[in-house]
Amino acid sequence: MVSFLFKRLLQSIVVMATVAFIAFSMFKFVGDPINNMVGQDTSQQERDELREKLGLNDPFLVQFGRFSLNAATGNFGYSYKFQVPVSEMIFERMPATLELAFVSAIIALAFGIPLGVYTALRREGFISKMIMSLSLVGVSLPTFLIGILLILLFGVVLRWLPTFGRGEVVEIGAWTTGFLTTSGLKSLILPSITLALFQLTLIMRLVRSEMLEVLRTDFVKFARARGLPNRSVHFKHALKNTLVPVITITGLQLGSLIAFAIITESVFQWPGMGLMFVQAIADVDIPIMAAYLMLIAFFFVIINMIVDILYYAVDPRLRASDGS
Amino acid sequence: MKLRHGIMAAVAAATIAAAPVAQAETFKYAFQGNLSSLDPHSLNETFLLGSLGNIYEGLSIYDANLAAVPGLAESWETVTPTKWKFNLRKGVKFHNGNDFTAADVVFSWQRTLSEGSDQKVRGSKIKNIEVVDDHTIIIETPAPNPILTSDLVYIYIMDKEWSVANKTEGATSASANTTGNYANLHSNGTGPFKIVEHKADVKTTFDRNAAYWGKIKSNVTKIEFTPIKEAATRVAALISGELDLVYPIPVQDWKRLEEAKGVKPLAGPEARTIFLGMDQGRDELLHSNIKGKNPFKDIRVRQAFAHALNLDAIKKKVMRGAATPSGLMVAPQINGYAADLNTPYAYDPAKSKALLASAGYPDGFEVTMDCPNNRYVNDEKICQAAVSMLAKVGVKVDLLAQPKSKYFGKVLASGNFNTSFYLLGWTPGTMDSENVLSSLLVCQNVETKAGLFNLGNYCNAKVDELTAKVGSETDQAKRNSMIKEAFKIVQDEVGYLPLHQQPLSWGVSDRVTVNQRADNVLDFRYVVVK
Repeated sequence: MVSFLFKRLLQSIVVMATVAFIAFSMFKFVGDPINNMVGQDTSQQERDELREKLGLNDPFLVQFGRFSLNAATGNFGYSYKFQVPVSEMIFERMPATLELAFVSAIIALAFGIPLGVYTALRREGFISKMIMSLSLVGVSLPTFLIGILLILLFGVVLRWLPTFGRGEVVEIGAWTTGFLTTSGLKSLILPSITLALFQLTLIMRLVRSEMLEVLRTDFVKFARARGLPNRSVHFKHALKNTLVPVITITGLQLGSLIAFAIITESVFQWPGMGLMFVQAIADVDIPIMAAYLMLIAFFFVIINMIVDILYYAVDPRLRASDGS
Repeated sequence: MKLRHGIMAAVAAATIAAAPVAQAETFKYAFQGNLSSLDPHSLNETFLLGSLGNIYEGLSIYDANLAAVPGLAESWETVTPTKWKFNLRKGVKFHNGNDFTAADVVFSWQRTLSEGSDQKVRGSKIKNIEVVDDHTIIIETPAPNPILTSDLVYIYIMDKEWSVANKTEGATSASANTTGNYANLHSNGTGPFKIVEHKADVKTTFDRNAAYWGKIKSNVTKIEFTPIKEAATRVAALISGELDLVYPIPVQDWKRLEEAKGVKPLAGPEARTIFLGMDQGRDELLHSNIKGKNPFKDIRVRQAFAHALNLDAIKKKVMRGAATPSGLMVAPQINGYAADLNTPYAYDPAKSKALLASAGYPDGFEVTMDCPNNRYVNDEKICQAAVSMLAKVGVKVDLLAQPKSKYFGKVLASGNFNTSFYLLGWTPGTMDSENVLSSLLVCQNVETKAGLFNLGNYCNAKVDELTAKVGSETDQAKRNSMIKEAFKIVQDEVGYLPLHQQPLSWGVSDRVTVNQRADNVLDFRYVVVK
């Protein structure tokens, strides 16, 4: 177990270093940060001095080495644009993104699983077919478009819900939450639906196909033969056995929810990390971009590691091979 | 919504009846960019300075039409051509209650020259400030400067005591790893509004400064600013009634705003001139199929380009009728503008072809055009239009449209002016032609830092000479005639291809009236909620 964990940890570090390297080597293609940091009347000499001070004239490997050393100690430097420590900005923005991702995950599960079960049980039903065709729309429509359509319908035409932002937020220590105010909750609805829609359809289709699979197995037939009521067969026997892969996928998708929030956050001007990242690209704010990419890589690495450890705990075969 | 307004109005009426206090009026607006800092000397950018102009003030301030009028200085007079006497306004208090005095002016001027300040250019227009008494100063300039009061508008005055107490004597530096500067996130000005909450890139809230020295038109007591990056989201937020003003609005959305209830587009000509530039300096173009010579050095080729462009078509098709075609490199709002020179080059493709043929390019030639795609109104589309117009006279233009950070990195001095043909826009920060002359029209000289935005290195000794004279001539009439002479030379030589003044494009709710300033700045002083 210890050596397994150690190996995993080592791999994670390699992954993080690779992400940092690739991200860093791409920054030279995003453009010149200096021009965004000074006004049009600023002299060339001052621009050159600024470039020198920021270390942008150093060779790539020197810049990368400096960044890695600082990042290893948790220091991501100062935002070029805001002159505020990047770690501070990220912590300020993180609650918004995490709350959005959390609500989206709940929506995706709360609707995805029942719909999946329903469409599996009533395979030929009219409503099932409707749901299945609609789910295609959810998979294929780009998030940006869904967001704009929802804004138009519920924000502009019906005027039930706010079109942008987080509403009033309440500060609890370092955390800001929109869960405690009406406007905060109302603001959550549209973006979380937008973000959840893809995951929802994914989970629904997954549950459906797993259910269909399980319903054909012998133990379900036996259960029926024992004369158990349908309800018990469907939910106690079948659904339970479909949930293993669903939980795995959902865990992994949580990472994507956070990472894919970029588009949803831009459409709804949701003040989270994704929006900050998009803005940073436009401003060529390298410290923010680097820190964000590292953080997302870190999320994925951690989630993968937890999933791996769970497998290890569940699957005895892994343990056996480890011992040999 | 209507019902709620009705109830609110009734409640408001009841409140007024009960007590004759000023009604609380909130005004909410959004802009595409963010307020990156509250430090008035950190970044010389129109949006930042314009926004902070509601918090901080200079000795002079811009009025609704961009004329410099007395601000923190009550009046001024020139003692000698290089010495100005300013009588400072008495009884003015900073937001924290401190008195405004001459010491604050000296301090703020020195701060504009501090390490990391992006206002050094403005600060260096002052050589020395002599304090006569607490409310009288004499400003000495390095050379006669007829537009000193325009330069002073954006030298915002900070409170010396407050700055020293909070250790923010130096400007927030754009270079990394400075210790957090207090003024970057806090403010203490003399303006009609003060900041109560500032979350960079999320939201900024302003409150009315009850102790403001001046009388202003606005009846607003609270203002909320949110940056909204996506144009579609901005437009939706306005139409849904959540915001009272958003800008900019894509010109293609004007019709939608006209049709929607309760909102309307607000358009006007911006003081920014969009133009095309050509590399006339190098002996061989960097990006062209013509080797061994530079076609743009031949005036006939430049004339051919000028006559190939159909500015009216660009106005109608690309700008939806909202641009003002221009023959000059400055807009009508800019001091030194000459109406009789503003006729654009005539659209005449036949003449253009003939000129190309006589210059030795009967079949045209190939050249690469650099264009930003997220800097100016419909910038990439303008370039595309120009490409197809030039194709009609045989010039094959290869368009390279990029985001502004890539574009500027390539074409500016930092990229060694790596361009042969480009689109650029310019608003002189001082609202005076001298800035256009010295930035765009004088010969490029990297050593003396002259003409650094003259990317194509248009060069004429007479223009250089006139520019130097304009910089120190204090007689307005003489000065303007020299500006005009310089513009005439550039025009006759087809040094640049001016296209148009782009439109200001705001969307406003019917419940407010605002003043749309030609430099795209929202001045809270003129915001009135009905």
